[in-house]
Amino acid sequence: METALKISLFIPCYVDQLSPHIGIAMVNVLERLGHEVNYPEGQTCCGQPAFNSGYFPEAKKVADHFLDTFADADLVAVPSGSCTAMIRKFYPELYQDSPQAKEVSELGGRVFEFTELLVNQLGVTDVGAKLNGTATYHDGCHGLRELGIQDAPRKLLENVQGLSLVEMDEAQSCCGFGGTFAIKFPQISTAMTQVKLGSATQTEADYLISGDPSCLMQIGGYFSRQKSSIQCLHIAEVLDQQ
Amino acid sequence: MSQSTNPTSQFQTDANRVTADVDRRSFLRSSLRGYQTTRNATQDRFLNYESARIAAGDAKWEAIENLDVYLAQFADKLEARGATVHWCSDSEEAREAILDIIKQHDAKSVIKSKCMTTEEIHLNDLLEKEGFEVVESDLGEFIVQLRDEAPYHFVFPAMHLKKEEINTLFQEKLKSINTDDPEELTMVAREVLRQKYLSADIGISGANFGVAETGMISITENEGNARLTTSLPKVHIALMGIEKIIPRLEDLALMLPMLATAGTGQHLTCYNSQLGGPRQDDEIDGPVEMHVVLLDNHRTRLLADPEQRDALRCIRCGACLNVCPIFKNVGGHTYGTTYQGPIGSVITPHLRGLKDWKHLSHSSSLCGACSETCPVKIDLHHHLLRNRRDAAGKGQGGLAEKTLMLGFTIVMRRPWLYRLTGRLGKLGHVLTKPIHGTRIDPFYAWKKTRDLDDPAKQSFKQYWKSRK
Ligand code: SF4
Repeated sequence: METALKISLFIPCYVDQLSPHIGIAMVNVLERLGHEVNYPEGQTCCGQPAFNSGYFPEAKKVADHFLDTFADADLVAVPSGSCTAMIRKFYPELYQDSPQAKEVSELGGRVFEFTELLVNQLGVTDVGAKLNGTATYHDGCHGLRELGIQDAPRKLLENVQGLSLVEMDEAQSCCGFGGTFAIKFPQISTAMTQVKLGSATQTEADYLISGDPSCLMQIGGYFSRQKSSIQCLHIAEVLDQQ
Repeated sequence: MSQSTNPTSQFQTDANRVTADVDRRSFLRSSLRGYQTTRNATQDRFLNYESARIAAGDAKWEAIENLDVYLAQFADKLEARGATVHWCSDSEEAREAILDIIKQHDAKSVIKSKCMTTEEIHLNDLLEKEGFEVVESDLGEFIVQLRDEAPYHFVFPAMHLKKEEINTLFQEKLKSINTDDPEELTMVAREVLRQKYLSADIGISGANFGVAETGMISITENEGNARLTTSLPKVHIALMGIEKIIPRLEDLALMLPMLATAGTGQHLTCYNSQLGGPRQDDEIDGPVEMHVVLLDNHRTRLLADPEQRDALRCIRCGACLNVCPIFKNVGGHTYGTTYQGPIGSVITPHLRGLKDWKHLSHSSSLCGACSETCPVKIDLHHHLLRNRRDAAGKGQGGLAEKTLMLGFTIVMRRPWLYRLTGRLGKLGHVLTKPIHGTRIDPFYAWKKTRDLDDPAKQSFKQYWKSRK
């Protein structure tokens, strides 16, 4: 392995509160690869909930806090394509005419979604994980379309011993989450997840894996309500299986 | 469609109804899946589809950025060949202009080929009220007209109907034979329409493109009905939004295949006609008069918006609808707009007011499938976000939402308060246990259809602390 890097973690607010195990799994994988992981303790949220609802000035205030917290970080790992997209793609929109524009775009270049960090930055495609069964991968929209992440998670999963990957037809269709959309239009949001369930079920997979905890909250929440036997896992949890 | 006057609650009600209709939704999805497969194959035959998109977007950009010049050139050329050009700033003016022409000719019946712009100005309603017979000659439009419905999709107006339903409709309205066979059904409609072409005094069409260089409108179609509509009656009226301009004739060499590929998955549609004026002295057919009605109807408002004016590049191919998970699940009528789907959600607030139509920008998961597919690369899903920003900026989100966002900001800027809120959240979770899952549960909107994990016993922050 190459030189050990100092990697700062950004654990999005809802992962911190609802699914810390995803963050822990990410820590385990990075440390197992020999990197030095740190966690800037002042961190809270990237501001996306406000941004997504159209409250840009409010979102910018939260973004200011994020910038302060991560100003000194060399490399930031995020277990979510969506939050990464917020920082790398949407912060520049928030700061377009501000003196911090340059700082913001530079920080964006140091923040990576977990799988792109592993594959594209650290050059790792096999983390030595083992998991028996069949899995299908759900591409979170932000990771896929804002950041272009598509191959990285698949390469990693293909190298998980015992796991076989089957693509579902609707892998790239939105799961229906979309932040406040899921609450404002629950009927449409749920209809979208119903499509996902149909498609995932067709693959006869044991696991549905994704790189976005928010998609998993939506998909997992609906699948479990429907008593589906498919288990929904974050890719960090899978890569942490030994 | 429900008759509610408030577009937002109408949208909610209709969305509820349609999403509950699992059968209709899977019918829609499976038709669109077929489209997707054909389209992908056609796209693959481009040497480089991505650069074709860029070039197509650029050609439209050039037109939009110089709209004044190109429109004038377009109109001059048309008039030089004897066509009359009418400049209309809104629906009202366009309706009057068209009605005047029809009245001047003492016309009785009007035949139309597919034209969404006439839907936009509610032309059929007006003409029917004035006592004219109006017949839609495009098969899909003909079907929805018989059902007294708006088009479901601006490219495939009757895509929501199964062939059995069309059979029933034809039997009822046209006294036709009992058949489910698509070809036989088409023949039934053709038979009716043939008579109408011959008796129509006026033909009304739209235009897919207006070529500035040569002063021609270009019409794309698959049934040949637009050709008949624009050439058999002695008067042809074309209604065209001002954004349909393209600079040069050669631009069609790219735009026509792009429109066909993105719209229907065809390499080219079956018929593409360029019309540059009424019948000339040395010609043996064509209308005696040709009128081109140019419509603004708030398109210039969009033009004045530097962030979103790229939406005027739209060639109305309908591709963004076909890939949109919202469209696929709520269907076309739910939008209550002339232009459905992502492009409709982007432009309707500009054309008809943000306050009443902002809900369309919120009813999106911002997945970006639309922008990814658009042949002229309009930044569709980010425009939805910008509409949200503009609505919030104007206080249209309401006081409760504004307060919530303010609270969010206060908490997220203060790590201690964030930690405290997390702890209070856990406490609140325990205290509210008795109401969980009921209608007064604050998470009811979520939990009605989805489970929600309890807050973790130990947050990540606490885990990290404990590790040290
Ligand atoms: S916005 Fe793009 S994809 Fe949608 S109809 Fe217009 S040109 Fe087609």
